[in-house]
Amino acid sequence: MKSFKRHLTALAVSAALMPTAAVQAGEVEVLHWWTAGGEARAAAALKKMMEEQGHTWKDFAVAGGGGEAAMTVLKTRAVSGNPPAAAQIKGLDIREWAELGFLTSLDSVADAENWDQLIPPMISDVMKYEGEYVAVPVNVHRVNWLWVNPEVMKDVGVEVPTTLDEFFEVADKLKAEGYIPLAHGGQPWQDATVFDAVALAELGPDDYRKAFVDHDMDVINSAKMEEVFAQFARVMSYVDDDAAGRDWNTATGMVIRGEAAMQIMGDWAKGEFTAAGLTPGEDYVCAPAPGTTGQFTFNVDSFAMFTLSEEEDIKAQKDLARTILEPEFQTLFNQNKGSIPVRTDMDMSDFDTCAQASMETFKSSADDGGLVPSFSHGLATTSYIQGQIFDVVTNFVNSNNPDPAKTTDQLAAAIQSAM
Amino acid sequence: MEHTQRRPAGVARALSGLMDGLQRWLPKLVVAPTFLLVGIGIYGYMLWTGVLSFTNSSFLPSYNFVGLEQYAKLMESERWIVASWNLAIFGGLFIGICLLIGVVLAIFLDQRIRQEGAIRTIYLYPMALSMIVTGTVWRWILNPRLGLEKLMHDWGWTSFSFDWLVNSDFAIYTIVMAAVWQASGFVMALFLAGLRGVDSSIIRAARVDGASLPVIYWKIILPSLRPVFFSSVMVLAHIAIKSFDLVMAMTAGGPGYSTDLPAVFMYAHTFTRGQMGLGSASAMLMLGAILALLVPYLYSELREKRHD
Repeated sequence: MKSFKRHLTALAVSAALMPTAAVQAGEVEVLHWWTAGGEARAAAALKKMMEEQGHTWKDFAVAGGGGEAAMTVLKTRAVSGNPPAAAQIKGLDIREWAELGFLTSLDSVADAENWDQLIPPMISDVMKYEGEYVAVPVNVHRVNWLWVNPEVMKDVGVEVPTTLDEFFEVADKLKAEGYIPLAHGGQPWQDATVFDAVALAELGPDDYRKAFVDHDMDVINSAKMEEVFAQFARVMSYVDDDAAGRDWNTATGMVIRGEAAMQIMGDWAKGEFTAAGLTPGEDYVCAPAPGTTGQFTFNVDSFAMFTLSEEEDIKAQKDLARTILEPEFQTLFNQNKGSIPVRTDMDMSDFDTCAQASMETFKSSADDGGLVPSFSHGLATTSYIQGQIFDVVTNFVNSNNPDPAKTTDQLAAAIQSAM
Repeated sequence: MEHTQRRPAGVARALSGLMDGLQRWLPKLVVAPTFLLVGIGIYGYMLWTGVLSFTNSSFLPSYNFVGLEQYAKLMESERWIVASWNLAIFGGLFIGICLLIGVVLAIFLDQRIRQEGAIRTIYLYPMALSMIVTGTVWRWILNPRLGLEKLMHDWGWTSFSFDWLVNSDFAIYTIVMAAVWQASGFVMALFLAGLRGVDSSIIRAARVDGASLPVIYWKIILPSLRPVFFSSVMVLAHIAIKSFDLVMAMTAGGPGYSTDLPAVFMYAHTFTRGQMGLGSASAMLMLGAILALLVPYLYSELREKRHD
């Protein structure tokens, strides 16, 4: 999905046909950018489930992976007083929309369905504004994955690294044999995704949260952060010289073809392996990013629900919210998208081994505090602070003589200026 | 009797008065929609952007005025400084090289050569492509793993290296290359039209006086093409300042943000980072830069024309 982030976008708005009027037929208009592959199938399934309940689904799909085009359309619609019932909004953006008074409370559904019991508090916090649910989580992506081509590792005679030190050792050997140790695309969000994993490994979950959620200057402007940048530079030194501008899925392709050995990327990368006909655990390995075993950086897609006026439409909207969290949709959607369900009470036997491992870590880290929101995917901080961090990180990666100490100061100044 | 006679006359007068009025108002009525659209669509929004640049608007406009804070932030932003320098490098080189290549090509084509029409078309064709296509093609050509460098390696010249596209110090020059490739044919066409308009008797007179061809071009013909220079610089300058699609297609501002131009900065902050205030401030500075360049130029050019 991220592959389209930088591309110009096409606007495609198609309206579903009206079915024969059911008794309390409401209409849900849903703004999303799931227009390709497994995501599109998942959206179609949701549409079918809504129609079975007698509601009309009005599709408001705006293509363009990262959703920039969709956001622009949504702003226009919301300001003109005609918002859709639900829109794909995630992370801290939910709070910003709620602050402006656009979102509606879903507490009647949440109480009836017992959402507080189903969803880990770390995630339900993101969905709430002033204690009330205003959005429904759809799925959980784990960002701190390491994708490995086991044949390359076997060829060189090394094991999948579990710590950063092991990673450097393994990478040196891979490099000596002529492999690219780390496949990567030189785009700001990808740089930040790797930085995210290195920061979690170096800082640990508590300091990670202090730095990227609370913006505690004692952690941001510290020797520890300098160490993060130093390690990050070392990790990035194993990327080939031509990475600039490469899309993430092209980098995944390098791992699949055996040109590169590893990639640090969220679990949407699994879609590329699956499309190539590979089986997890045999043809490719998913392991926690080096140094983050048992920890889980989450990236959650969600639908924010807008305030509507028509009684029937409000009913349809609530039904939509309920349907999204039902096990049936959670299974179907997440199998198509490569992520895992948000509900921790789900039967995972139909999922592949990577998703099962992901769910296990998700549950255990939710209990022991290893579950952290991913700053690189907008779950930890506002889009302005995230943008500032991206600038500092990507500038550091592309600098000819990266200086961790100076960059740490820059990071502190950048975050301070955006707060 | 008198009464009935006067009435048609009165109606006729009123009618003709109406027609006169209509005739006077019709042109204004016809252009009114255009003026309205331009007024709102360009100047109205310009004004609105100006207002927003003094507010703390985040991802939706707000009217909480914060004075010059956004401009202060902009001046402290390293990324904005990089974008501004890039515009200076890109704009200067792009306009300069385009003019040079355009003039030289036009002069060569002006030598009554064979197949001039075909050659002219070849040089002009890049202009028919959109910047997105140009950017994508040049990205492929300059990508070290796909394009020129790989070709040279495959041909056996393994020490050949050309990695400007992925080198943050040089990437901006690859944008200049693509833009020059696209626009110099157009400048050539403008100059060729100008050269054809030069009175041949002047050239013959200069020949009689013993001037060589280069001297004739340098001292007589090119100075007489000042209006062409003027229009070329105008067209090229605004292509340079509004450049956005070429950068997005070629490098998306990367590596890092080393090829950011102000337009890319403005888009990123206004529409994807939810910093509409900062984005508006950068848009106002872009407007200021255009005015600072063009107003004196326009003024001097137009004033001279009046003297003639």
